[in-house]
Amino acid sequence: MNRTSTALSDVRRVAKAVLVQPSGALGLVILVFHVLMMVVAPIVVPYDYAAQSASDMFLPPSSAHWLGTDNLGRDVLTRVMLGGQAAAVTTVLATTVAVAWGAVAGITAGYRGGLFDELFMRLIDSFQAVPWLLFVMLIAVTLGNAPIVLILVLGFCYGLQSARVARAATLDIVARDYIWAAKARGEPMLTILWQEIMPNIRNVLLVDGAMQWSWMLLWFSSLSFLGLGVSPPHPDWGLMISDARLYLTVIPWAALAPMIALSTFIIGINLTADAFGKALGIDRSAGEAGA
Amino acid sequence: MLGFALRRVTVGLATLVAVTLLMFLSVSALPGDQCSASLGRTATEGALARCRQEISGQGNIAVRYVRWTASAMTGDLGTSHVRKEPVAAALAPRLFNTFVLASVAAGIAFPLAIVLGVLAALRRDQAVDIGLPTLTLIGMTVPEFVSATMLVLVFSIWLGWLPGISMIPPDAPISRILPVIATPALALAFISMAHTMRMVRSCTIDVLESCYVHMARLRGVPERLVVWRHVLPNAMLPAIGIIALQFATLLAGVVVIKVVFNYPGLGRLTMDAISNRDLPLVLGIAATLAAIYVAVTLVADLLMFALNPRLRTVRS
Repeated sequence: MNRTSTALSDVRRVAKAVLVQPSGALGLVILVFHVLMMVVAPIVVPYDYAAQSASDMFLPPSSAHWLGTDNLGRDVLTRVMLGGQAAAVTTVLATTVAVAWGAVAGITAGYRGGLFDELFMRLIDSFQAVPWLLFVMLIAVTLGNAPIVLILVLGFCYGLQSARVARAATLDIVARDYIWAAKARGEPMLTILWQEIMPNIRNVLLVDGAMQWSWMLLWFSSLSFLGLGVSPPHPDWGLMISDARLYLTVIPWAALAPMIALSTFIIGINLTADAFGKALGIDRSAGEAGA
Repeated sequence: MLGFALRRVTVGLATLVAVTLLMFLSVSALPGDQCSASLGRTATEGALARCRQEISGQGNIAVRYVRWTASAMTGDLGTSHVRKEPVAAALAPRLFNTFVLASVAAGIAFPLAIVLGVLAALRRDQAVDIGLPTLTLIGMTVPEFVSATMLVLVFSIWLGWLPGISMIPPDAPISRILPVIATPALALAFISMAHTMRMVRSCTIDVLESCYVHMARLRGVPERLVVWRHVLPNAMLPAIGIIALQFATLLAGVVVIKVVFNYPGLGRLTMDAISNRDLPLVLGIAATLAAIYVAVTLVADLLMFALNPRLRTVRS
């Protein structure tokens, strides 16, 4: 009872600290708008997203088609409203995978230290030179672009960054007195990791995860843009931009609408994550300069 | 200095080995092996079996990796079985085109980023420092293909100031490439500038808040001298590392933007190689990209070491 009420007041305090920052409030509004849109879109969209019509091709915005139609006569508004779900869900899951394995690896390395830590960090450093986009594209082409493949591959690639963050956060905690006390009490390693270290770096991991989500969206939409993400005819912002790009002179709205939707979504996540970081007192720039 | 250089070169080489090994393993482990990819769908069972035997005759994967590395060191990256030409020959002209594009973009982005970044740091919390981060945020978060498409829409289609999407063959001479380079270079420069400016700003702020700058001010050194003598030289040191990383990204990364503009660089070659499952070429490109990254960061590290008097005394 007491514990829940402190947790609640914590949430309220953090939410307040986010909302007093203009960029945080703006980000949160954009984010909430997009999420609401994604939830209600399947019910309220005016047309079938895949319905093609030869007579309705290249129509400018009108009262029947608020954002016009594309090169196949499909309603742009419908497709823009539905175009974010696949990307959002896939990237949320991929981010979860990334933060989960990154946290386990990073915490272990930070806690154990020594040769294990040294080797681990060397490996992560050298992986910075890997052309990851090429790697992901290769996997997507050979194994197919099933969501589960993309989730695991993106999760693997991004986990490296999470591991770095988790390790740095753990190193900061590991030399503190309460960890020594726990060790002196003879607590097993897993208990120390879970009950002493985890609660102290949870916020860092959460904010990092939110930031990762926005980068992940960037990547996923790039893959879609290259035709390796969502399979047509399912609408996806990246794919829509790629298709409409060929008709940019004729129907700029078909490219502009998904471009604005995708950009605002990513910026919204980014601003919110940044504001949460500031509200929780996490200095992200410190980690970035070294990265 | 020599010891540091040697250690740094060793780390660079080890990185290259790790990266190529990872790519080699994943290329070998993926389904749809080289044989079915190179012989195509019409391949007969007999031809496939012969091809597979030929490959397994070359020894197990460890042996093949060592062989590949040994010949890669002599500049022989194998043969592209889709293009029927050596991988190195397919890579060279594209690499050159990419280098031209990246250099033009870097020439625009880095001077601007340094000037604006320092300016934003000096005029903290004034209009400059509020407007620029907004621009930075857009440059950093908006996907590169979105900002590139936007650039084409506004400057090529609506205003007609810039040439649009380039339609030049990959082996075109540089005289044909340069006129159409403006739009992709600007798009790349915008993104690169956003990242660099942000870092330059934070480096400069760090130095501005350091003790020796306070000390200099307390001694009554004129502000202009403080900035030129104390702040800039010290802030530019970490900036070298950031600029090097950004240049490596301009060369090796941002594949998508090169696809947007249909620019005959490494980006389009990568796309072709991957969609054709031209595995030797994919491996060659990956190795080249990794080598670029390692080389650029190596040069930057050595440069920073040579320029920073404080690092020289460190012995370990």
